Amino acid sequence: MLQIKNLHASVEDKEILKGINLEVKAGEVHAIMGPNGAGKSTLSSVITGNEAFEVTEGEIILEGEELNELGPEERAHKGVFLSFQYPVEIPGVSVTNFMKTAINESRKAQGLEEMPANEMLKKIKEKAELLEIDRKFLSRSLNEGFSGGEKKRNEIFQMAMLEPKLAILDETDSGLDIDALRIVANGVNKLKSKDNAVVLITHYQRLLDYIVPDYVHVLYDGKIVMTGGKELALELEEKGYDWIKASLEK
Amino acid sequence: MELKDKLITSFVAFEQGLKGEHDGLHDIRLEALKTFEDKGFPTKKDEAWKYTSLNSILKNEFRVLQKEETAIEYKEVKKYFLSDSDTYKLVFINGVFSSHLSSTTHDGLDVCLMSSAFTKPKYKMVIDAFYNNTADKSDSLTALNTAFATEGAFINVPKSKVVAKPIEIIYLSTVEDKALLVQPRNLIVVGENAHVQIVERHQSLNDAVVFTNAVTEIVAHKRAIVDFYKLQNDKENANLVDNTYVTQKQESRVSVHTFSFGGKLTRNNLNFYQDGERIDSTLKGITLISDKQHVDHYTLVSHNQPNCESHQNYKGIYDGNSTGVFNGKIYVDKIAQKTDGFQQNNNILLSEKATIYAKPQLEIFADDVKCSHGCTIGQLNEDAMFYMRQRGIPKKEAKALLMYAFTDEVMESVKVPELKAKIAKVIAGKLGVSMGFEI
Repeated sequence: MLQIKNLHASVEDKEILKGINLEVKAGEVHAIMGPNGAGKSTLSSVITGNEAFEVTEGEIILEGEELNELGPEERAHKGVFLSFQYPVEIPGVSVTNFMKTAINESRKAQGLEEMPANEMLKKIKEKAELLEIDRKFLSRSLNEGFSGGEKKRNEIFQMAMLEPKLAILDETDSGLDIDALRIVANGVNKLKSKDNAVVLITHYQRLLDYIVPDYVHVLYDGKIVMTGGKELALELEEKGYDWIKASLEK
Repeated sequence: MELKDKLITSFVAFEQGLKGEHDGLHDIRLEALKTFEDKGFPTKKDEAWKYTSLNSILKNEFRVLQKEETAIEYKEVKKYFLSDSDTYKLVFINGVFSSHLSSTTHDGLDVCLMSSAFTKPKYKMVIDAFYNNTADKSDSLTALNTAFATEGAFINVPKSKVVAKPIEIIYLSTVEDKALLVQPRNLIVVGENAHVQIVERHQSLNDAVVFTNAVTEIVAHKRAIVDFYKLQNDKENANLVDNTYVTQKQESRVSVHTFSFGGKLTRNNLNFYQDGERIDSTLKGITLISDKQHVDHYTLVSHNQPNCESHQNYKGIYDGNSTGVFNGKIYVDKIAQKTDGFQQNNNILLSEKATIYAKPQLEIFADDVKCSHGCTIGQLNEDAMFYMRQRGIPKKEAKALLMYAFTDEVMESVKVPELKAKIAKVIAGKLGVSMGFEI
């Protein structure tokens, strides 16, 4: 599904990603862990096409097609989704209106008609129930005044609505209490299938108890320095990131 | 000859052409002419006109006196109306009333003409009491209008009348050979406990230069509700100075929404005078301009009595080389205790060459008041843009949605659904998208 080859990226001439190689196949869940400042969020921004970052070398390939030159919306239309670490507040645009616009713009890009209103409402209702989201919540301005947990739940609601092929969840567990974490994880697990893939970016192992990864990668100083199974996350949790640092220096 | 001299020398001939006006109007005209003669057109040396210059307009060769009626087919101008039938309409072409495009009434209220009000005995009392009363007699452009005013909308809503459909006032211009100066004059008197909604626009139908110097006086009696909407979406050679004066009596609620999208130069002088307690005044506006357009909002809310509120909220989006000015003055008299005055002015500059001058001006002489003002100037929120694009909304549409959301606080209080839909469509068009906004 996703292939990343020798990816280098900079922001304001400072190199953050220094040669990332990663392959994610359909049906898989990958976790990317690492200390603060390792480049985790940069990686998610670069995959999704954030223009604040410059790709200086390497390729990002989705289902055989290179994404490097595509804008964020074109990548989204091809099925790339990012659950933001810090979802942006957009006063004056309701959650429902935002989702209708997003879905219909994607359909337009694919040459499809707008989704009929009744079908849209049905879908919104179904996905809101999955994430245990109250109806009133959907008419509120996007992320405005939402609690940390509400923002994250809303991100996964949007993921459910858009049904991406590749979902990148950036620190989705941060700011979630245990109940919200369970709801969010349950949502992600229900949406997972053999045809899509999930990349979890996380600092802590906690989320991985609920969404079990097939692979765990450790990102350190702009590179993936270690890859293993889900047990690697436990080991990291136990030994801390200093252990990585120490083992690299050996 | 300069326009000022041309106007002054034509006055005698102009007045001779007027027939059967009420006593007293001649003196009003003469006094106004003198004020204009003394002060002339405002220049950048006047503090109130520091950022707006009329020079480029005034150098045109103007046709100043307009008499003949011009015929236009309804289908040619249909798109400028709110709806086909469900409104009262007062339509003027080159300053002259167009009866076949209009739909007036005397049934339960008067929706008719200033020329009638100036001459018919039954309106003399209203004219004596309210004409040129709220207007600032010392303002030179207002005085110029007063000297030469012949036509406009006269709306007289009696006590407790709820006007069931909106009233549209439309000024069309069609002159081709010369630049046109039009000076519409409106008087709107709303009786106790009455309610009326009015939509006004100025529209030129060709590319000739138009300079409109309009004066509107609104009197809202006790507990009256007046919602006034100004739709300014004119062609690129149209220039407008709009002088609107509102007097409010006890417990009345008046709102003026100004939508400035088109025209070359637009200056809105909007003045509210609170003359009673527990009054509510609302002044809102959206400015959305580009190229070399210039829009100047000059507002005054004069809190003269205790326990009143005012709400000002102006949103501006400036692209290209456009210039915006917002000068908002709140005056609170020493007896106007418990005043709640609110002013908000938010601006987005979409281009490096766009300019905004923003100046809140608070003059507070009472000691127990709540007055707040906020002014922001920003650029497009790039984080929000990325967020929306990540969800599949293309750049242009994402920008449009953000801009539309930015105007939400103004749009939410538009109470005429067709107007709201029309404005949403104009905004979408201005932003170059075909998407419908959720309204």
